[in-house]
Amino acid sequence: MVRKMICISCPLGCHLEVDCSDMNDIKVSGNTCPRGKIYGINEVTAPKRMVTSSVKVNGSDAVLVSVKTSEPVPKDKIFECLDVIKTISVDAPVKIGDVLYENICGCGSNIVATKHADKI
Amino acid sequence: MKTCDLVIIGGGPAGLAAAKAAYDCGVRDMIILEREAQLGGILNQCIHNGFGLHTFKEELTGPEYAQRYIDMVLERNIPYKLDSTVINIDKNRVVTYVNEEDGLQKVQAKAVILSCGCRERPRGAINIAGARVAGVYSAGTAQKLVNIDGFMPGKEVVILGSGDIGLIMARRMTFEGASVKAVVELMPYSSGLNRNIVQCLNDFNIPLKFSHTVVDIKGKDGRVSSVVIAQVDDKLKPIMETAEEIQCDTLLLSVGLLPENELAGYADVNLSPITGGAVVNDKMMTSVEGIFECGNVLHVHDLVDFVSEESEHAGKCAAEYIAKGCGSSEKIPVKGVNGVRYVVPQIINKDDDFEPISLKMRVGNVFKNVEVAVMLDGEKIASKKKQIVTPGEMETIVLKSDLVQKVKNGANVEVTLIGR
Amino acid sequence: MYDVLIVGGGVIGCSVARELSRYVGKFVLIEKENDVSMGTSKANSGIVHAGFDAKTGSNKAIYNVLGARMMEELSKELDFPYRKNGAFVLCFDKKDEGKLKELYDQGVANGVKAEDMEIVSGDRARELEPNVSPEVTAALYVKASAIASPYEMTVAYAENACVNGVEFKLDAEVVSIVKKDGVFDVKLADGSVLQAKVVVNCAGVYADVINNMVCDKKFKIISRKGEYCLLDKKCGGLTDATLFQLPTAMGKGVLVAPSTHGNILVGPTADDIPSKDDVDTTYEGLNNAFDKASLSVPSLNRRNIITQFAGLRAHADVNDFIIGESDVENFFNVAGIESPGLSSAPAIAVDVAEDIAKKLSLQVNKSFNGKRKGIPHFATMSDEDRQKLIAQNKLYGRIVCRCENVTEGEIVDAINRPLGARDMDGIKRRTRAGMGRCQAGFCTPRVMEILSRELDKDPTEITKFGKGSNLVIGRTK
Repeated sequence: MVRKMICISCPLGCHLEVDCSDMNDIKVSGNTCPRGKIYGINEVTAPKRMVTSSVKVNGSDAVLVSVKTSEPVPKDKIFECLDVIKTISVDAPVKIGDVLYENICGCGSNIVATKHADKI
Repeated sequence: MKTCDLVIIGGGPAGLAAAKAAYDCGVRDMIILEREAQLGGILNQCIHNGFGLHTFKEELTGPEYAQRYIDMVLERNIPYKLDSTVINIDKNRVVTYVNEEDGLQKVQAKAVILSCGCRERPRGAINIAGARVAGVYSAGTAQKLVNIDGFMPGKEVVILGSGDIGLIMARRMTFEGASVKAVVELMPYSSGLNRNIVQCLNDFNIPLKFSHTVVDIKGKDGRVSSVVIAQVDDKLKPIMETAEEIQCDTLLLSVGLLPENELAGYADVNLSPITGGAVVNDKMMTSVEGIFECGNVLHVHDLVDFVSEESEHAGKCAAEYIAKGCGSSEKIPVKGVNGVRYVVPQIINKDDDFEPISLKMRVGNVFKNVEVAVMLDGEKIASKKKQIVTPGEMETIVLKSDLVQKVKNGANVEVTLIGR
Repeated sequence: MYDVLIVGGGVIGCSVARELSRYVGKFVLIEKENDVSMGTSKANSGIVHAGFDAKTGSNKAIYNVLGARMMEELSKELDFPYRKNGAFVLCFDKKDEGKLKELYDQGVANGVKAEDMEIVSGDRARELEPNVSPEVTAALYVKASAIASPYEMTVAYAENACVNGVEFKLDAEVVSIVKKDGVFDVKLADGSVLQAKVVVNCAGVYADVINNMVCDKKFKIISRKGEYCLLDKKCGGLTDATLFQLPTAMGKGVLVAPSTHGNILVGPTADDIPSKDDVDTTYEGLNNAFDKASLSVPSLNRRNIITQFAGLRAHADVNDFIIGESDVENFFNVAGIESPGLSSAPAIAVDVAEDIAKKLSLQVNKSFNGKRKGIPHFATMSDEDRQKLIAQNKLYGRIVCRCENVTEGEIVDAINRPLGARDMDGIKRRTRAGMGRCQAGFCTPRVMEILSRELDKDPTEITKFGKGSNLVIGRTK
């Protein structure tokens, strides 16, 4: 079985064809870089997504600080992760790269700040 | 009157990159004027990832990307003023700005870089009829409300326009608990990136309706209560028989960005009716000597990486101008023809340095299996084969030094599509 | 017990209130919306007509000429935008040119100065207004025609009435009026009852409903919807004068006119509708307005539209203004005030206030101060004045609306002055924040924040135009 998909690894958006008739030897074509191959294989085996959102920050001019998952998380865990992110609140100062929550939903991915929030 | 070698208007990605490059080319007497309370511009509200693959070879979120450039500016001690709005520039490069501390100030600049970005096309500009109630926002306004201020504009959302901001907001609203009923696109194709259709819509089963538009907005008790959408014919006219009503409390509009060129207008800068930005030469200089443009105020980009690249070039050219004045006056127009809607720069200003020139262009429609080609007096001198070109994706062709050398005064330079 | 209760906070109600405040008495104005100028007064052409248009001898003709003459002086006294820009009535067919002469004669008969009107050739019209269509064969050039900002005029009247002692009750909808023992009991939607010796009905399209609660002599007000398009200020040069079209067999035309703020206004359509609240714009209406306007100025470009709106004219079935005491003693009507209502308002208000004062034997209010100073408009000041203003108050150095260059100082002033703004649209009408080409895309979050701070309200309670129109529904976190 061949699945057609668009690679989301970068803004190029390559049109991939993923041949998964043999799940032990998945063939990817249409990609322009190695990341496309990995994406194609993951997409038919265990699709993952980066999650970006924001968390509440106290004691700063900003009310929110933006965050991301350090690694892509399984697609079916996105909303579970978001529910946890909603509960996180941190105190300023926050620096880009600060880990605000570890191993979210057991995915092995941390919630990391993507913006500075200075203390007032 | 105060004087300054270089005034950069706008501290978003374009202004920051221009400042950094100008500094690295020797400019010290300079200032960035930013109207918001922080540097970084609209990137601060673009908290999704996907930025920086070209520039930094890694995937960053908007605020992270912005911070990289903010850090470069801070490391160089480049002065900047926040909450400072430029209200006028004249053609002699006198910049008038206001803020709380300085009041109203006029600065005589040797060079000015306009890097003040673009704005969103509002509801009124696309004549959507209906109730004038709360709940109709441009996608970027909603993005600011959600990502910076922490407010939910609504919980049942229809999005008109499948540009990237519209797609990104579909996912963002979904992430914050809203139900996105549909993304409606007037054209038979999306002007957004394919990856965003996949990861922002398909992942969440949000329908994308091509060749449809919103024909009516209904309101109840002060808020949007539903929108009516209809299919359009090939002249983009709504077919009212196909109308269908979708219950929602919010309509987000992602129907195009317009370079914000009012300041350029005050300085009598020639503007392109196609891009909405200035007409510039390969040094990014506008028709008014010493006034430069780069980034989304010049033409709307899809990727910030290209904004940075273009703006660093503008910063470098502004520095050269400050040091050496204007170069050659030989002006060779570059035209987009045969499906190529525009090319930036619009003018090659011949001088003797023969630096490579990056030509950026957009096509007017979707074309498959074409060759984007630069023609010099009818001869192909550079080209790029593409499986597909779409109006939503900017193409770039770099003319290398040896080719630039070939372009003589009076030459006919065109960018065209071969094989369409 | 009030001496006078005015129903309706449009330009009529507010001007009557202000003229009444020249007398000593207890006056109240009640308005069902949360601000003044929420109906016809906020959505009309803003034309101060010279007075040639209405049938000689009608209330419309009499008050138009009188009101238009007062307008310039009044705009200085109350500090609202006004400009004498002249107007042309365009004729597109040689056969119709006789009608221009009829209008001219009617103007003279109505009291418009003959030297203020002139019939000119199409070429002469194009010499004065180069973008006028080549199809135009002749025109009536009316030098006395002017433009005013209708909502700012209404707000100015209201503020001045307020500082001179008139009480304003907003969000107050009348549900019934009963006259008992010579006193009117006016019941509001919240259950409260106000008592007044005199009631003045200035309820716009609802004036029939109010009248018919009390009077035996009924009348009907028809809502006549008019849709408009507003063009970017960069098109401001398209015409300086107001361009009317001579009514033809094809119907009454639409106008192309500058606004006092430099935009170009195109419209209105005219459709009688059953609803008294429906100000939705329609697909057909907008196309219709634009297509018709393009006959006058062919170079109009749709791409330059920044917004559309619709308003309802209060058209009385008797086809004239209904002004004066009704069949019920001490119940006054000022109804059916459609065009030229804005032009007529100043004169109507003086007459109505005088009549009421006579009736109640009111004394002259010696402390009346008719002068009102509006919000300083940063965008239109000289740099020197801007500098001074920021030195006095730093908030004038913070630009909030980048398209119209509106400062935080102006927004705070708009909120904190008498009858101050309570929502986004109130801010917009008073300061122009959000009226520019981005249509509040950038300034909405900032204005929300300022309203929330100044009114000490949670941002989620801030509305676009009152109850229910909340801008956001809650917080994300």
